[in-house]
Amino acid sequence: MDKVLFLFLRRMRAPLLVLMAAYSISITGLVLIPGVDDQGEAWRMDFFHAFYFVTYTAPTIGFGEIPYAFTEAQRMWAALTIYMSVIAWLYAIGRILGLVQDATFRLAVSQQAFDRSIRRLSAPFFIVCGYGDTGDLLVRALLRRRKRVVVIDINQDRITDLALSDMDYHVPGLCADASSSARLRSAGLHNPFCQGVVALTDSDDVNLKIAITVKLLNPELPVICRAESLDTERNMQSFGTEHVINPFETFGDRLALALHSPGHHLLHQWLSSVPGSDLPMPLYPPRGRWILCGYGRFGKAVHQGLRREGVTTVIIEEDPEGTGCSSDCVRGRGTEADTLQQAGIDGAVGIVAGTNHDTNNLSILMTAHELNPDLFVVGRQNKDDNGALFAAGHVDLVMRHSEILAEAVLAHLTSPLLPLFLKLARERDDDWANELVSRIGAVTDDRVPELWTVPLTADAAPALLQRLRHGTLSLGQLLVDPGRRDQQIPCVALLLQRGDGSEKLVTPDDEVPLHPGDRILFSGQSSAVSRINRALRNAHHLEFLITGKDQPQGAIWRHIAQRGA
Amino acid sequence: MNLEKVVFGFFIILALTLNFGFFLGEIDNPEHHNVYELFAAIVVNLIATVLKFGDRTQTGALLLATSLVAVLQLFAAAAVWAYAVNISATGLDGMMMASIVSLAGGAMLANVISVVLLIADTVNLRR
Repeated sequence: MDKVLFLFLRRMRAPLLVLMAAYSISITGLVLIPGVDDQGEAWRMDFFHAFYFVTYTAPTIGFGEIPYAFTEAQRMWAALTIYMSVIAWLYAIGRILGLVQDATFRLAVSQQAFDRSIRRLSAPFFIVCGYGDTGDLLVRALLRRRKRVVVIDINQDRITDLALSDMDYHVPGLCADASSSARLRSAGLHNPFCQGVVALTDSDDVNLKIAITVKLLNPELPVICRAESLDTERNMQSFGTEHVINPFETFGDRLALALHSPGHHLLHQWLSSVPGSDLPMPLYPPRGRWILCGYGRFGKAVHQGLRREGVTTVIIEEDPEGTGCSSDCVRGRGTEADTLQQAGIDGAVGIVAGTNHDTNNLSILMTAHELNPDLFVVGRQNKDDNGALFAAGHVDLVMRHSEILAEAVLAHLTSPLLPLFLKLARERDDDWANELVSRIGAVTDDRVPELWTVPLTADAAPALLQRLRHGTLSLGQLLVDPGRRDQQIPCVALLLQRGDGSEKLVTPDDEVPLHPGDRILFSGQSSAVSRINRALRNAHHLEFLITGKDQPQGAIWRHIAQRGA
Repeated sequence: MNLEKVVFGFFIILALTLNFGFFLGEIDNPEHHNVYELFAAIVVNLIATVLKFGDRTQTGALLLATSLVAVLQLFAAAAVWAYAVNISATGLDGMMMASIVSLAGGAMLANVISVVLLIADTVNLRR
């Protein structure tokens, strides 16, 4: 039976019995006690009138003595009726109010509301476990791309935040332990519309449990996990977790990329940032000696990235033995001037403040900036609240945990071709990257461009497939601007993957012929998305793009046009 | 012996017996059908219904359903009676009485099922 109704009925059993007893005793008395009618003759109240009298007396409405004035005996019984039934009502109402405020009952109500909203979901959705800073960023970005989201978090405050936040769509939130399989199931793990599960909680163990649960219960579903230790990362990959994201390694890798090739780094930034945000500026980190404060998980990842690029680093660490730091590191926190000088700040070109304490990081950066204003400064920001402080300080590059995670997850979820493109792009040189960046810059305004994948399938591109059955079509023809035929609509094709996986063309030319089953990754303005879609679905529009002529659409006009020709 | 079972069985069987007592007699003769007995049947049926609340088993659900049917039928009978006595021009004539008693008869059938279910459940317990 329904859980809420069941609880209600069970709790209301006693008050309802009391009410019924009060009503039946009152009615019986009224019927049995003899009265007198307006002619002075003996009269007895019937059940209908007795019920009517009690009905208006019990909730203290009181229409008076109906249909005839009562005798003294009837009045005595009526007084008793009033006390009995009013008290019974008060008791029942008190129980209802108590029940509504009861924690168990409210939990049952909220769970039922959650279950109902999951059942009613009739659009593709993702399950996001953990609604912290990262979860919030990710949910907003997914909603902007018209994907629905279901959130599970163990903290009730965060679920309340979610309910209060201003979202475009309703996001069902469940306060529960996401590592419990029953909770994941109730969040829609078996729902046919579920497209994937993202595990973003603070705990590696919980994320691991989520990944295992999903892989066992619904192996088809892709899982994306956050992992902060190498051990967990390998563990997750061992049973087929689609993507494991380690925010520290991702950042270390990025920093190394920026040192290696500023063009590639910028391309990377533009394509993986949340669309619609401000376009990131190019970065030119200098080569030379770097100082690295903090040798924890973050510090190790950055150190590895810098070493790969052949950059020498001096490490400042408070606890060199505990973190397994090499022998030639400076002991200290890095917040004091003498430690920084000991590390040779005067001759250094860059500094990374990478401790897990935001105040210390800010202190390191400010002290370093005072000692050597020319330094390239990289700061690690742990908490989203401190964003304003890092923005006010002279920080060239801020590593925001939540942002990096959200961007990486978003790329995997919404444009699966992007990681492949970025991998292939790294094989090209810096000039190629700079050229592509300027091409993308030309089609977008000063906002991060949209990124989307176009599959040439029967569902998504019926008109185009029909055309390909008896003809050819090149990529350039598809992208013609119908208003000004010598121009193209504002987008850049980044990658074309053939349906059979035989060919992967990075930045395909306009002359490349299209085949059924191809998947194309585009980047550009959001208006281009719908314009391309129109060409894919509408045969007449596609014909116009190719020939530049409006073909007659109706049978009669077509006939007339053929006769005229 | 379980007091809860005694009270539960008492009300369910009393609901049937009162209902039966009201039903007994010539169908269209108002002399044979007592209004007090109908009132008692309604009250006892209501109590039996509330006692069945909150039982999550299959039998519990079916018991609740039979009680709801019985209460509905008896309410209809009472409503017809009130209409006949207070509103209808012809008063409580044979036709009105017949429809009241047949409605109560339907309620009795539901009560019989309820008692049969109760007995079947008890027998199945085997203890």
